[in-house]
Amino acid sequence: MREYLSNEIYRSQLVDLFFQHIYLALVPVLLAVVIALPLGWLAHRNRTATAIMLGVSSIVYTIPSLALFIVLPLAIGTAFTSTINILIALTLYTVALLVRTVVDALESLPGPVLGAATAMGYRPLRRAVTVELPMAIPVLVSGLRVAVVSNVSLVSIGALLGSGGLGLLFIFGLNRNFVAPQVAALVLSALIALVADGLLVLGQRVATPWLRVSSAS
Amino acid sequence: MSFLDTLVATWHFLTTATRYAGADGIGHYLLQHVEYTVVSLFVAVVIAVPLGAVIGHTGRGAWFVVGISTALRALPSLGVVVLLVSTQGISATWLVVTLVILAIPPVMLGTLAGVAGVDPDVVNASRGVGMTGRQVLLQVELPNATPVLLGGVRTAALQIVATASIAAVVGLQGLGQLVINGVFNRDVPQAIAGAVLIALLAVVVDLVLAGVQRLVVPTGVQLLAGPRRTPALLRRGPAREGTPA
Repeated sequence: MREYLSNEIYRSQLVDLFFQHIYLALVPVLLAVVIALPLGWLAHRNRTATAIMLGVSSIVYTIPSLALFIVLPLAIGTAFTSTINILIALTLYTVALLVRTVVDALESLPGPVLGAATAMGYRPLRRAVTVELPMAIPVLVSGLRVAVVSNVSLVSIGALLGSGGLGLLFIFGLNRNFVAPQVAALVLSALIALVADGLLVLGQRVATPWLRVSSAS
Repeated sequence: MSFLDTLVATWHFLTTATRYAGADGIGHYLLQHVEYTVVSLFVAVVIAVPLGAVIGHTGRGAWFVVGISTALRALPSLGVVVLLVSTQGISATWLVVTLVILAIPPVMLGTLAGVAGVDPDVVNASRGVGMTGRQVLLQVELPNATPVLLGGVRTAALQIVATASIAAVVGLQGLGQLVINGVFNRDVPQAIAGAVLIALLAVVVDLVLAGVQRLVVPTGVQLLAGPRRTPALLRRGPAREGTPA
């Protein structure tokens, strides 16, 4: 292990892949939040739309990631080894997961609060952004945590096709019968997942001060 | 090769009878894939359901379940299987261990959510008529928890089918072998054929488990669930602990 880490080339490769892994796992989450919030909100306002969107998201779930990583380049004309495939595939998965979460979150909001906001003259869009969104944060974060942790793990699968952050080190280590890079990649990958998860929990605490007040009293 | 040519070649690959026979045929790979899936799902259920049920029943230790689940999910399956095989030698055992690690969180969380989510009035009534803790768990809480519990099992099954593709990376074949062959030999149709077969297997496994769900969930609980908004095929349990696979 020490031998592996003391090699200049290996070390810089490890650092590069570490950051690439973070990028590949987290950019889809950001994109998906931007896409899923309005989608989920629209779905929530109309029962037919809810059924359609939850149906579509269930189907997207059923597609194995490896299958998507292979079919996407064919459909959009990118190279097999392009990281764009991973970004798009993970964004699709995360949107599918978050749309459901957003609908669940909005459905769990207490009616009287929403009624009060409407009675105070909030229009639907303003009510959605200033009342519904903040109150939905706890449920949203629970969905985000699952999405982030599983994305970090899914990025590695892309290594089967020649791209995929730290996953490449698993294949490299396997082919060379070299355990150190495998251990390093495994530890770093788990670290990314756990730190991202911790940050989300922390972010939720900061973003929902009213929950702390009510639990303290 | 154009998009259409590739699709035609893929179709040709999938419809050539000789591709299915022999030790390196699709039939054998499919059988291996199913075997890995069934064994791993069975072991995961045997481990995770009792744990989730007992913790849901006592109402203590939910933090333990959530913590363990997060920790297990943080482990990338590819890394785990590669490391196990590199250090311990090639054996299907290590693949199963990896897939069990993958499947435990959804099954355990589904069981916990199902058992903990049973109407407290129902639980209190069972205690009121003199049931012991064990009877309440086995005869009241678990039957009522089946929809959510099986939702977790279905999620786990989907993840196992998808992830079992990594078997091919460590020399254990399965349908992932077609993908690996395709990528390695620049034979795109073969890779796509592998991907399509894995996706089809995922759909079939999900349908089989949906059928099991209909058989296993007690009629009373099914009636309680009320009218369905989405078609039964697309419907997921209320608290399906899902991650894409």
